[in-house]
Amino acid sequence: MTGLAIEVRGLAKSFGPKQVVKGLDLSVRRGEIFGFLGPNGSGKTTSIRMICGLLTPDAGSGQCLGYDLRSQSAQIKREVGYMTQRFSFYEDLSIRENLEFVASVYGVKEARAVVDEALRNLGLERRQKQLAGALSGGWKQRMALAACLLHNPQLLLLDEPTAGVDPGARRDFWAEIHALAARGITVLVSTHYMDEAERCHRLAYIAAGQLLAQGTPLELVANSRLATWTVGGGDLQVLQRELLALPQAEQVVPFGNQLHVSGSDAAALEQALQPWMNDPRRQWRRDEPRLEDVFIHLMKHAGDNAP
Amino acid sequence: MRFWSWSRLLAMVRKEFIQMKRDRMTFAMMVGIPIIQLALFGFAINADPKHLPTAVVSAENTAYTRSLVAALRATDYFDVRATPAREEDAWQLLERGKVQFVLAIPPDFTRRLLRGEHPPVLLEADASDPAATSNALAVLEPLARGALRHDLAGPLAGRGAAPPPFEWRVHRRYNPEGITQYNIVPGLMGVILTMTMIMMTALGVTRELERGTMENLLSMPLSALEIMIGKILPYVLIGYVQVLVILAASFWVFGVPMVGSAWLLLACVLVFIVANLTLGITFSSVARNQTQAMQMSFFFLLPSILLSGFMFPFRGMPAWAQWIGEALPLTHFLRLVRGIMLKGYGVTDIWPQLWPLLLFIAVVLAVGLKRFRRTLD
Repeated sequence: MTGLAIEVRGLAKSFGPKQVVKGLDLSVRRGEIFGFLGPNGSGKTTSIRMICGLLTPDAGSGQCLGYDLRSQSAQIKREVGYMTQRFSFYEDLSIRENLEFVASVYGVKEARAVVDEALRNLGLERRQKQLAGALSGGWKQRMALAACLLHNPQLLLLDEPTAGVDPGARRDFWAEIHALAARGITVLVSTHYMDEAERCHRLAYIAAGQLLAQGTPLELVANSRLATWTVGGGDLQVLQRELLALPQAEQVVPFGNQLHVSGSDAAALEQALQPWMNDPRRQWRRDEPRLEDVFIHLMKHAGDNAP
Repeated sequence: MRFWSWSRLLAMVRKEFIQMKRDRMTFAMMVGIPIIQLALFGFAINADPKHLPTAVVSAENTAYTRSLVAALRATDYFDVRATPAREEDAWQLLERGKVQFVLAIPPDFTRRLLRGEHPPVLLEADASDPAATSNALAVLEPLARGALRHDLAGPLAGRGAAPPPFEWRVHRRYNPEGITQYNIVPGLMGVILTMTMIMMTALGVTRELERGTMENLLSMPLSALEIMIGKILPYVLIGYVQVLVILAASFWVFGVPMVGSAWLLLACVLVFIVANLTLGITFSSVARNQTQAMQMSFFFLLPSILLSGFMFPFRGMPAWAQWIGEALPLTHFLRLVRGIMLKGYGVTDIWPQLWPLLLFIAVVLAVGLKRFRRTLD
């Protein structure tokens, strides 16, 4: 058994003329929480579907939990819990009925007891007879996670699990994810939220079907070679417009009452910003770039060679 | 805000048209269905069927019997398709539905005719569908008076006067009293099964796709075949419940006889249900949403009702419409159910209607599985 839960090389998939994933390489270590990031339509969902055996890749190869991606998708499905982006359980079935259905499909032994325990852990024992459709977004997501865990998978694939979920429920959800990882379960999670990205052990960033960067959050920030200054003070909109005119300032993004100004050439940027830095009304500070700055930077550069 | 604004209304109407245009299938159905229906049903349906196949068993061949057959032909209602030597062979043709009528001329017809004894001529009709035979049978009386007028000339002229020179004995087989229910109620079983089975499966699978639950199903260790059969089986059961209800009603409420074996009928029902379910699954693999699945089911249901011989006599339709009818499972099922209930079809009689159903299942299933696989990848 290798130390990698997922290892794929050169994964590619097209739908008609559209190439959605172009030669993706990915390695996910066992027991880690791996964040999968990228803009909408970058091929995240398609990649996840290929990894769990829902889609057959056009090209490339790989293994998932030691099973070959192409020939052993049946085994992969048995060991993987896949949580779809959209709630995909039966809204016209009760919570218990949904869980029992999933448990029987996976052939879980003593399904009743397993479902009982899942309901207890969820805190949904008293609402088990409610229809799943009646649950709020946060509860639906918790129920979906519980359903994915019924058969004790070694690997969880979560496709934007927290979209549309409130911050409190999101925090609980991530606490659960970390608890699962502590038990040795590997988690691959795609997300758009930067705070969630920061909670992952390692990250991959893909755009237009290609891997742009891979590593821990700190590594990604360090490797970006991005220099960032923050500036506060009044009339930020005017300032933003002025700074955007500078070729050295690649990103000028408002964060609350501050602007984040980033560029890949620190010295050049500092020099270009000099006239505004001398303005006494403004407080300038050299800062670490945020993950978001890094990703937007990556995306812009990917856009340069994208069609 | 004003209560009524033309521009707002216009915006709404324009949006509806754009959506209509995007949903190509709905658009095609809305424009295409009326045209197809006009062409199909306007030309195909004929409540006064003519040229009905007839078998003639004539024990003698004289100028008089030839004139009688010629006169029958001249009415346009009877087409002589077979002249078997024995009456038993003719009956079999009648039972199998190959002919609608059997004309049997007895051996001493001419002799007794010339003697003025008003000999009987037997016409047996397959009256399981009373509508198909009633008009043809109505011309028999005047025909008896006029048919032999030219032959019975000169000294025999007196034989042609009233009462007619020969006497019709009409046997309405399988439904002697010409009760419409005998025909409609067993037929309804087929119509109801077609309607519910196709629609339920077509909607059932499309719903899973539309709600995104199919993706979840496929990510679990379920094979495509397990999903398909698992979806179909409950509807087979429901189909059988429908059949039992209809059979009970036809027996106790409408008094339709059950001449053949009920078990044989239930076995044929299974084949028919499966034929409809496979079609439903295939529709669902083509349709992109539940509305389209619904439209396709209706699109199939209409010709099934109108061209299968359920509502209008099958033989009244032109040849091209009969060919379409032959391709519909309901056509064959109607013949099976009427054959078993009214004519007492046995195991050996059902094959001519059974193999088209099996062929239908094989073709549709092949298309459906191919399309179904494509929706996954």
